[in-house]
Amino acid sequence: MSEKEARERRRWETETYKRACAQSQERKKRFMTTSSVDVGALYTPDEKFDYLSKLGFPGEFPYTRGVHPTMYRGRLWTMRQFSGFGTAEETNRRYKYLLEHGETGLSVAFDYPTLYGHDSDDPRAVGEFGKCGVAISSLRDMGILFGGISMKGVSTSMTINGPAAIVWGFYLAAAEKQGAKLSQLRGTIQNDILKEYIAQKSYIFPPHPSMRLIVDTFEFGSRSVPQWNTISISGYHIREAGSTAVQELAFTVGDGLAYVDAAMERGLRIDDFAPRLSFFFNAHNDLFEEIAKYRAARRIWAKEMKSRGAKSPRSLLLRFHTQTAGCSLTAQQPENNIVRTTIQALAAVLGGTQSLHTNSMDEALALPSEKAVKIALRTQQIIAHESGAANTIDPLGGSYYVEWMTDYMEEQAYKYFDRVAALGGVIPAIEKGFFQQEIANAAYQYQKEIESGERQVIGVNAHCEKDKPDIPLLKMDPRGEARQFARLKKIRRERDKAKWTKALADLEKAAEGEKNVMPLILDAVKADATLGEVCDVFRKVYGEYREPSLY
Amino acid sequence: MERKIRVLIAKPGLDGHDRGAKVVARALRDAGFEVIYTGLHQTPEQIVSTAVQEDVDAIGLSCLSGAHMTLFPRVVELLRERGADDIIVSGGGIVPEEDVPKLKTAGIAAVFGPGTPLKDIVEFHKKALRKR
Repeated sequence: MSEKEARERRRWETETYKRACAQSQERKKRFMTTSSVDVGALYTPDEKFDYLSKLGFPGEFPYTRGVHPTMYRGRLWTMRQFSGFGTAEETNRRYKYLLEHGETGLSVAFDYPTLYGHDSDDPRAVGEFGKCGVAISSLRDMGILFGGISMKGVSTSMTINGPAAIVWGFYLAAAEKQGAKLSQLRGTIQNDILKEYIAQKSYIFPPHPSMRLIVDTFEFGSRSVPQWNTISISGYHIREAGSTAVQELAFTVGDGLAYVDAAMERGLRIDDFAPRLSFFFNAHNDLFEEIAKYRAARRIWAKEMKSRGAKSPRSLLLRFHTQTAGCSLTAQQPENNIVRTTIQALAAVLGGTQSLHTNSMDEALALPSEKAVKIALRTQQIIAHESGAANTIDPLGGSYYVEWMTDYMEEQAYKYFDRVAALGGVIPAIEKGFFQQEIANAAYQYQKEIESGERQVIGVNAHCEKDKPDIPLLKMDPRGEARQFARLKKIRRERDKAKWTKALADLEKAAEGEKNVMPLILDAVKADATLGEVCDVFRKVYGEYREPSLY
Repeated sequence: MERKIRVLIAKPGLDGHDRGAKVVARALRDAGFEVIYTGLHQTPEQIVSTAVQEDVDAIGLSCLSGAHMTLFPRVVELLRERGADDIIVSGGGIVPEEDVPKLKTAGIAAVFGPGTPLKDIVEFHKKALRKR
């Protein structure tokens, strides 16, 4: 901002703006973002703003404006609906339905027993079968899940963490059975255990052996499945647990750097694995705050990777998937959620996402019905083809407000990096409950703002209606569980006992030693070892994690 | 000194969504209750034995995974078996409307769905426990 502009700005503030406020007060004493950040009335050019160092150009350092030189003018984002329920058969039908309606990638939601590495018939799984995802206990289940879908032709993302290496093993083995080569497969395993301890809580083993399994997948992937993203470093669940946008950004990028450091300590070369790291962020209601978050994330990552010695430009790219905010959906007046999701999806697109999931309107009530998920997918198609948002790159770059917010986010994230470093790093900070407490505090503050009316949520504390929601909800096949139990019994009865015993014994030896476990996991799943059996080997060697129960 | 009302906030089953449970725990604490939080991944048996050991007046169950129809009634059943069915049990989470009457029949005193104001949960406990 030139001196003249600054002078004029001060004049506007003291004369025009103040006078207008004196004549009639602003609507609120305090304007704030979804994350409770104070927002000013007007943002104007910053004289210190250096275009080339802060923004640069798309596809070039520091990638603030986007990771690809052409962005959506070249190729649209992948439309990928997170989906899974009941048995592999039911979910397979849903995948085919979504692909028929124009979805361009698959994303598997597993049920809780699968997420915790238990077989469907384990006593700890009671009541959870197929409830919030599909039940996958064996190679055979994975084969059914992708029956009639070409695994070398589609890219698949799998939200799996504690038992990621094993479920990935099921996928790789099922694809080979279809005749695919590992080098042809494209997709992502979430495999981000740090955020499990921090927020999502579907951990199995303690942090250090979990990190070892993850680095094993990095190593195996870079050698044998080169097109696979072996981790999706996730802020989504951190945000859902109640964090602010800044916390989501700082904790996620901080986790990413912790994985990089762990892999480098093992002796892996940064440019060998870094290009396969990917990210996953939330998109909440505040359009500008969200856009700024994605832009700041790209800039921080590029700088940090460069400072760790990355030479390949691909190592510097923060590529990410986005899901709209489940926690923003209301059970009241569920149709309003279509509108919320549209705003959130637009934020993700304006922020340069590589793939996107849009939530369905009924998800505060149940898993999505076919109709609800179709509307969610259509929302993305309308943004892509009708809104104009995909015509030019980083359309909000240069907005005084968005640039201010991007800088603010970056600055705040570095403050968190310093606090975590002072606690000894990410794992010690987890063990002290630092992240968990920060998130719980933010969640409580947000809820109190709703209670006090300072924050309005339409249908919840403003414009409420008495009528209960009346939309049809998804019903699952009640006989699915029994079918799954029978299938597991059959597998255990029919498999080659000698081969199975040897595969699990070899795996146990590898888990105790230093050898990469991935090839042995593949042998075990091909010998029809079930998910629970393979995880029990690791449970025996590594033990199980228990978290400090703070609130 | 008057004994504070004690509430156990519990997470049954494998569900890891603990945002709501923690927010409710804090709100009850701020309203003057003594709150015990079980942490995650509790079996109904573990929840009931904690409740009995800690001599609580009420249990608040939180489940967002859809397993509430199995897990919530089981807690009530076990309390009855232990002769501790004076403990008031409520629940919250992603509970479809049609499940609410079934849960009430099974002995869940109140079901708090998404968007429930914290003050409703506080009031419910004050009212239900005042009679003692």
